[in-house]
Amino acid sequence: MAVRPASVARPAPVAGRPFALGRAVEREGVFSWLMLVPGILFLLAFVAYPFFYGIFLSLQERRVASAGTFVGLANFAALAQDPVFWQVTRNTFVYTILATLVKMVGGLAMALVINQQFRGRNLARAFLLLPFIVPTVLSTVAWMWILDPTFSVINWSLLHSGLVKENFSWLGNKTLAMVSIIGVNTWRGLPFYGITLLAGLQTISPDLYEAAAIDGASVTQRFRHITLPVLKPVLIIVTMFSVIFTFSDFQLPYVLTHGGPANATHLFATHAFDVGMSAGVLGMGAAEALAMLPALAILIVGLTLYLRRE
Amino acid sequence: MVGGRRFGERVLRLYLPLGFFLVAMLFPFYWMAITSIKPNRELYSAKIMPLIVHQPTLQHYVDLLEQTNFLTWTYNTILVAVVTTVVSLVLGAMIAYPLARLNFPGAAVVAIGVAATYLVPQPLLFIPMSDVINRLGLSNTLSAVMLTYPTLLIPFCAWLLMGYFKSVPRELEEAARIDGASRFQAMLRVVLPLCTPGLLSAGIFAFTLAQNEFLYALIFLTKSDVRTVPVGAITELIRGDVFYWGQLMAAALLGSIPVALIYSFFVDYYVASLTAGSVKN
Repeated sequence: MAVRPASVARPAPVAGRPFALGRAVEREGVFSWLMLVPGILFLLAFVAYPFFYGIFLSLQERRVASAGTFVGLANFAALAQDPVFWQVTRNTFVYTILATLVKMVGGLAMALVINQQFRGRNLARAFLLLPFIVPTVLSTVAWMWILDPTFSVINWSLLHSGLVKENFSWLGNKTLAMVSIIGVNTWRGLPFYGITLLAGLQTISPDLYEAAAIDGASVTQRFRHITLPVLKPVLIIVTMFSVIFTFSDFQLPYVLTHGGPANATHLFATHAFDVGMSAGVLGMGAAEALAMLPALAILIVGLTLYLRRE
Repeated sequence: MVGGRRFGERVLRLYLPLGFFLVAMLFPFYWMAITSIKPNRELYSAKIMPLIVHQPTLQHYVDLLEQTNFLTWTYNTILVAVVTTVVSLVLGAMIAYPLARLNFPGAAVVAIGVAATYLVPQPLLFIPMSDVINRLGLSNTLSAVMLTYPTLLIPFCAWLLMGYFKSVPRELEEAARIDGASRFQAMLRVVLPLCTPGLLSAGIFAFTLAQNEFLYALIFLTKSDVRTVPVGAITELIRGDVFYWGQLMAAALLGSIPVALIYSFFVDYYVASLTAGSVKN
């Protein structure tokens, strides 16, 4: 039986007929929209509206609990003059690019390791994914203590193994603080890459490798010509997801360093929070949050189109 | 007998890197656990070997439960996570079903809109959202986070469920319709039961995401008795420069247990939802 596409534009059934309403609801177009309306209205009210309202706010001089005045692009102009804003921009890109590279390479290594046959493989996979499922703030608290200036267990181990003579100030030194937030982000996100890429690896038939081996392909050749092409779509999607959420990361730097020392680890999200929420300068905060938009828009549009194509 | 060389190769290719990953991924949890049962004199001594506990104590747990609102925070966190998960599953399924199985005008726009909404990160929205919630008079109520969390979870559930809904053969639904079932009945009695694994996957993933949420809870919940565990821990166990490390670790460990427990029961569903979007068989 063929289902014909129905359209809401069709004339409604003549009123007065029995079950007219029931029949209208059975129409594909009407039924579809009845199902969609609650969710779509919700998303319009709490995603689309705040989004456009944020653009409106960014064009205002507006503080908490007071009326705003329209100032055009003055907030953006002020940001462009502010060296802290450019430092935040640089921090965000450094954080995103370095963390993504490490997670990608590390995740691929993790996937290749677990993809071998061994006893307890499922258990290992379950344990390796733990950093990704435990609430970020709670695990980051553990990392604060691991990186504590005085009682860091890393420092203790390094000192007692004789590798270094002095304590590292993991969160107090500008460079080390950036290394630390990248490290913790990697710790949390690497399993996401690892487990997803593993699922990709498991779609490759072992016959392919055998055939290639019989034809004399080396391990490297097999990796380049069989493994990588199969993994490529998975890798692209996982990486784009991960980049979007690393670029806009808030929780981890907020808890671990709060942007310090001297703004060295402030990202767009944490700095916009300090400006818009802690200082209560809503307009400027909204403008700074929107500074993320150009890069995010490229990623979001790219990934949306890629997902649609799949 | 496996030769020595084969075994050596296996150590190098499997056991060493696997051991490295396991230690690297799990050490922070070990550290969390042993810190939470160390007495303060062990915690704040540079002389005592820190890798093990010499005199374990449950004092930090007692203090956490007696001196803070930890149990209230836990109740709030779980209540919010359950409510938002259920709401998001229902609304998400209602969006996913027509998108996956029916033809209707505007389908392409809705599909793109939902995918794009899923990818819009919270930090882009939190400042205008704070003003919206203030104007609605919802500050310091759990309704504030119950209303805002689904903005993240509905698009996710919809997007994940679409894949499952598409996999159910059309003939089953059509047979039910010929037998007199309405579209709604066919969906409820035929398609949804066949998609139970998808509903479970989406629900578990949404539950962990809801427990992980921090930004909206930090902004909207500023009174102790409405806080969630992450916000409560960060704001009340760190006071100025004073860190209550033992209690912090106890809170981090106890706060992770609900998620870890659910996860341990449904690992496969969780992994399925993690990989559903990126891996096609």
